[in-house]
Amino acid sequence: MQKQAIFQSKLLPYALVAPQLAIVLIFFYWPALQAVIQSFLLQDAFGLSTTFVWFDNYVELFRDPAYFASILRTFFFSFAIAVLSLSFALLLAVMADKPLRGVMLYRTLLIWPYAVAPPVVGVLWIFMLHPSLGVLARYLRALGIDWNPLLDGDQAAALIILAAAWKQISYNFLFFLAGLQAIPKSVFEAAAIDGARPMRRFWTVTFPLLSPTIFFLLVVNIVYAFFDTFGIIDTMTRGGPGTSTVTLVYKVYSDGLLGGNLGSSAAQSVILMVLVIVLTAIQFRFVERKVTY
Amino acid sequence: MANVTLRNVRKTYTGGFEAIKGVNVDVADGQFCVLVGPSGCGKSTLLRMVAGLETVTGGEIDIGGRVVNEIEPADRDIAMVFQNYALYPHMTVYNNMAYGLRNRGMKEAEVKSRVEEAARVLELTPMLERKPRQLSGGQRQRVAMGRAIVRQPKVFLFDEPLSNLDAKLRISMRVEIRKLQRRLNVTSIYVTHDQLEAMTLADILVVMNGGQVEQVGNPLAIYEKPATTFVASFIGAPPMNLMSARTEDITSQLGGSAGEAGILGIRPEDFVITDQTPSGGVALGLTVEAIERVGAETFVYGSRAQDEQRVAATPGELPPGEVIVRIPGTQAPAVGARIRVAAVRQKLHLFSGDGRTRIEA
Amino acid sequence: MVEEEGFRRYIAHAILWIGIAIVAFPVYIAIVASTQDNALIANGQMSLLPGGHFFEVYYQTIFVGTSGSTREPVGNMMLNSLVMALAIAIGKIAISIISAYAIVYFRFPFRMPIFWIIFITLMLPVEVRIYPTYKIVADLHMLDSYAGLALPLIASATATLLFRQFFMTVPDELLEASRIDGAGPLRFFWDTLLPLSRTNMAALFVILFILGWNQYLWPLLITTRDDMQTIQVGIRKMITTTDALTEWPIVMATAVLAMLPPVFVVVVMQKLFVRGLVETEK
Repeated sequence: MQKQAIFQSKLLPYALVAPQLAIVLIFFYWPALQAVIQSFLLQDAFGLSTTFVWFDNYVELFRDPAYFASILRTFFFSFAIAVLSLSFALLLAVMADKPLRGVMLYRTLLIWPYAVAPPVVGVLWIFMLHPSLGVLARYLRALGIDWNPLLDGDQAAALIILAAAWKQISYNFLFFLAGLQAIPKSVFEAAAIDGARPMRRFWTVTFPLLSPTIFFLLVVNIVYAFFDTFGIIDTMTRGGPGTSTVTLVYKVYSDGLLGGNLGSSAAQSVILMVLVIVLTAIQFRFVERKVTY
Repeated sequence: MANVTLRNVRKTYTGGFEAIKGVNVDVADGQFCVLVGPSGCGKSTLLRMVAGLETVTGGEIDIGGRVVNEIEPADRDIAMVFQNYALYPHMTVYNNMAYGLRNRGMKEAEVKSRVEEAARVLELTPMLERKPRQLSGGQRQRVAMGRAIVRQPKVFLFDEPLSNLDAKLRISMRVEIRKLQRRLNVTSIYVTHDQLEAMTLADILVVMNGGQVEQVGNPLAIYEKPATTFVASFIGAPPMNLMSARTEDITSQLGGSAGEAGILGIRPEDFVITDQTPSGGVALGLTVEAIERVGAETFVYGSRAQDEQRVAATPGELPPGEVIVRIPGTQAPAVGARIRVAAVRQKLHLFSGDGRTRIEA
Repeated sequence: MVEEEGFRRYIAHAILWIGIAIVAFPVYIAIVASTQDNALIANGQMSLLPGGHFFEVYYQTIFVGTSGSTREPVGNMMLNSLVMALAIAIGKIAISIISAYAIVYFRFPFRMPIFWIIFITLMLPVEVRIYPTYKIVADLHMLDSYAGLALPLIASATATLLFRQFFMTVPDELLEASRIDGAGPLRFFWDTLLPLSRTNMAALFVILFILGWNQYLWPLLITTRDDMQTIQVGIRKMITTTDALTEWPIVMATAVLAMLPPVFVVVVMQKLFVRGLVETEK
């Protein structure tokens, strides 16, 4: 944790940590504390008086079927995005890990979507699949599918999952490739000598050796789906149709926008915080073996 | 002009661990002092205390007549060569050497002349504009030396400076360091765990063990008259054979005080294969277990026939019952053969039963 | 590596090119759409080949904006995004490197509590405390300001941890040699530690710039004035709910412009980008 060789100084270290400490306290701890306190309070309709209501805000939230539905929806989105994106990225990474010509070119051509912002991802995909003017929507209709994500909740959900998974491909690809390249090539050679065919080699050698990376990416992708899908949802569906694409983060945002129940909005924030802390703890606890590049 | 004097120097870490348990050493001006001992004996800690990199918790460190306990490393007028060289990786060789001078506000012309002079002495002139990573191990070592000598300090401190080099380079650098130190005539303190390096470099040798000084003195004097069994087995390779001697042997043969168990030490090179027993000397019957022929000499590993004379158990040294004998390379007894070796009276070392005191016959 | 026979190798190439096509297709469509006539697009008659309106569309996008009443030139939005991204990246690196320096190279009362106070921020992105943070920024009169855009996003520990980790790998002897060479804490930091951190700083800068440029929820909340909009917020406001009014070529041109700087950074500084990405996830 600390060096043996250090400097002696009474005031300098405090001066050095002061800027970060100030910013963290003002813009992190203070609001987080506010959220926790707020979540135990109930404000009257005119914002004139507040009463301490213990866990009423939380109880009410969990009684609300809409909130419950958004929890389930968020987890469903997260898993769907993670599985879809991880499997496609793994396929590409396994191909790119082969001794092919132009691997660096492939890598470059596959990693740049990382840099595309979520709202832009949303705009790109809604434009392609817009029911009245999207170029892909034409083909879907030609196939006889009644495609209208602006009216059909399931189709809207599918659209969001597709777009979000698309954005994550590059990130997952990069880490999978790094993980694959960290596996000593002699292991594959030994497996080949042991008579394992390529498909069998993948499932008995590559996949188990890659499992720390897979687990790490699973957690990261779920956290990503919690937060970064906000921009995609907001530009594509704004939570609609109805509430069929409202995730937890989107709900915090939209409930707050309506400006109604501060206590409930704060309670939602606190629940989100707890969820993220649990996910991060899992990540720290189990993902000890890091990807080496 | 700088002598270095350590007076009852102690180092106790917070938590109570006593790394240095009261050390007294006096290094005269221009002398080359080597601190030697096994790892963890406190030799590096002691050196770093002289440098000012570790605080002194007891006693006094005196450099050139000034107690430096509370003085910053930069103000002690010392220079140090580190084991891993600690060259600034982002600076050129020139700037590595110039950095300390510039920090002291020296004029650039003076910096330049000093760096160039040091580079000339160390044959680094063609490499002045290179970065450390473009140099070989030996060259880096020389840059580290150069950084020390441009400062023209009162004292050089060396912390195992050769241990990262390969064996051949280590020997040639050893000679270089000694020559350089003689020429510059700067008081030096040098830490190593290699007893051969210690023997060849030192004017004054300090053998340390467990945070204490075991013996201080001229290297050959220490070799000839080790003060304790620890020194006896640490200085010299292969190590001195140590065996417990029965009281009667000591009284009858060597004239030690009666009624005490003692430890008898004989260096491998002091044995000869012979059937005679020299008067006042010692003879042992051995079964040859293994031999190593290295050309100029042969090492014989034998187990003693007389089992009543056990080898004193010095940790990490000879296994019980084994005796090493060094004989000319022309001789080579067969494995399994029984031989008889003897050492003369003058070559025997006798220690008290706890190994802490040398008994002079 | 096990040699693959030719046939399998062709399959690998084919799969990779299909992957690249899938990844690139939405962007291709955007580029094509940004060069066409809005009327064609609105009718669902968009061609899959580039049209001839490249210059007029991009000119209007950058210097004028949409034809609506609240139009704002995208050039200005890009400037706002740039300032925000740079402020986040530089600000975060600056405050993090000095606090990591204090935590690693000094021993002082409350060192560990301070470290934990900073470390915990790693766990919670701004999204979960969005309204309370909004309220504080409003109370500090920082709505619609660059400070309000950047400061709350600087409050995170990733960079501090990264620098801490890097400093731990710097050999102790460098500091000791510096002390003997007469360098104090600030001089050691400036002369030795900072130059040694260059690559780490650059890698971190690349990642933080991209993350900063791509921020969305926070700028959406705290910018109310159109001239303070970032490009990510601006593009969302261009999509009107009544489809007929959306000027798709301009929207797509904005999307392309929004992608350009971060994609450029990723492609040109690929090595630093990969390094930064892998390091920050540790």
